[in-house]
Amino acid sequence: DIDGVGHKYHLELELEDVLDKDSTVNCTAEVLYHLGNKNIAPDVQFTLEGELKNTDEADNVFYNRIKSLEKELVAENIPDNYGNVSPEMEPIHLLAWVASGYVIWQNSTENTKFQLAQIKHVKQVKRSDEYLEFDYKILLHEMLTQEIIPWQMTVLWHPQHGVEVTRDSRQPKQA
Amino acid sequence: TSNMKLILIFSALFGVSLCLETFVGHQVLRIKTKNEEEVKELQLLESLEHLELDFWINPSTPTLPVDVRIPANSLQEVKAFLESHGIEYSILIEDLQVVLDKEKEDMAYNQQRDRSSNSFNYGTYHSLDSIYAELDHLVSEYSDIVSKLQIGQSYEKRPLYVLKFSTGGSNRPAIWIDAGIHSREWVTQASAIWIARKIASDYGKDPSTTSLLNKMDIFLLTVTNPDGYVFTHTTNRMWRKTRSKNQGSVCVGVDPNRNWDAGFGGPGASNNPCSDSYRGPSANSEVEVRSVVNFIKNHGNIRAFLTLHSYSQLLMYPYGYKCTEPADHAELDALGRAAASSIRSLYGTTFTVGSICTTIYQASGGSIDWSYDYGIKYSFAFELRDTGRYGFLLPASQIIPTAEETWLGLKTIMEHVRDNSY
Repeated sequence: DIDGVGHKYHLELELEDVLDKDSTVNCTAEVLYHLGNKNIAPDVQFTLEGELKNTDEADNVFYNRIKSLEKELVAENIPDNYGNVSPEMEPIHLLAWVASGYVIWQNSTENTKFQLAQIKHVKQVKRSDEYLEFDYKILLHEMLTQEIIPWQMTVLWHPQHGVEVTRDSRQPKQA
Repeated sequence: TSNMKLILIFSALFGVSLCLETFVGHQVLRIKTKNEEEVKELQLLESLEHLELDFWINPSTPTLPVDVRIPANSLQEVKAFLESHGIEYSILIEDLQVVLDKEKEDMAYNQQRDRSSNSFNYGTYHSLDSIYAELDHLVSEYSDIVSKLQIGQSYEKRPLYVLKFSTGGSNRPAIWIDAGIHSREWVTQASAIWIARKIASDYGKDPSTTSLLNKMDIFLLTVTNPDGYVFTHTTNRMWRKTRSKNQGSVCVGVDPNRNWDAGFGGPGASNNPCSDSYRGPSANSEVEVRSVVNFIKNHGNIRAFLTLHSYSQLLMYPYGYKCTEPADHAELDALGRAAASSIRSLYGTTFTVGSICTTIYQASGGSIDWSYDYGIKYSFAFELRDTGRYGFLLPASQIIPTAEETWLGLKTIMEHVRDNSY
């Protein structure tokens, strides 16, 4: 408890590579939830104790595959209702997961727990520069309220420059 | 005369027995001809009727093999002929009768299997109709210990079916298990039907299940919220609530796990009909909830109340509506840990154990709070796989592993209940 400021949490985490369960990295972090104004994202500081795996090869394979598509990529329901993700869509799924992490961070309070539930729709946006751009419509699942919240996010990605969410907005829920 | 009659009878019997053709000792040879000359030799063989040869592939051209069935009596003559002419052959079938007997056996077995097991694939997600059909199959296949009861109807008038597992007695102490109260949690309905078959088929084979059913009954509600389940298939995969109409609102449905009479109206449930955790206009307003409550009350001898949800991998005991410990906290916590340990023993899946309030959040109107306060000490809520990677959309390949590990956890709890009457 920090009077007049908010609540600070000190965390010791073990990060596990989703694609390789045996690959782990320790991490310490400090998260500060601000008092009062819930529109400010919590402050996050972290230190990785070790290195993250190099993913250059897989990144380049994915990048080149998308770059060489004749038509812009369009897809729906990833995973599908039965939990299936085709191998070609797996990187699209992972990219959404990373990008949604940013959206989740920006919208988190001490009383929220978000997960990416599903990509409802994804559309590649043509660009003249080297970046790949995807317009995602995702569903976020919030644990405490159990709500499924539709969200739009525009995601930029480049193998050397990483992920950036350039625009995102909460969408109205269907009745 | 009587002698004549006797001869007639015997010859009739003899004739009948001759008609039962057998192929004992018959062999099928494959003959590889090298040239036209060899083909001609075989055609000669073909003309020797006394050999009673049955050509499956007739000799015609050197490029094709010749397959022929040879009766036991003719074997020696045919082989001698082939060898003296230097014609190569191999034995395709040593003894045809053996092959025929095995085929008959296989057919009988498969026919039996077809009659009894049908084609229900436990490793995939099913429609409500498909699950309901399988309930009936289980009852007919294991009719001595499984029966089906209807405990009520959903809002949209779908039957609520409970499977009763019992080896007799009269109103024995019983275990209650339910799944799918939240319709989008598909791995729970899928696991429940697998568990149903497991209980039935393990009786008489697995010592633990056998001793359990010799003392207690099990009631299993595989689809607690059928309206919601159908809706997740037809319209919205993420639907959680019931499908009841809310007066004065365009929004449909009540969260059935906020609708129980346990701290109803308290924190952790919404009073907004459009919310996914809407508690409903009053406790037990939902017919699905009311049906279970009535069943439990009328039965009068339920000793454990176990409910399946997904996802998060948690094993929880009361309370949710308040953050104070239940009186039996120590025993429930220890039992929960033992069950989580059983779950982990199979595939390493870790479950976190604790009360609802301290493990996830404060939530009022929950089922295990009601059952515990009603007097059912062993009240647990499971949150099955996974922890968020797929969430509700758990791949079908994980159904059976999830069901298998969950069953171990349930068994641990049920064994304790069996051995600790109260």
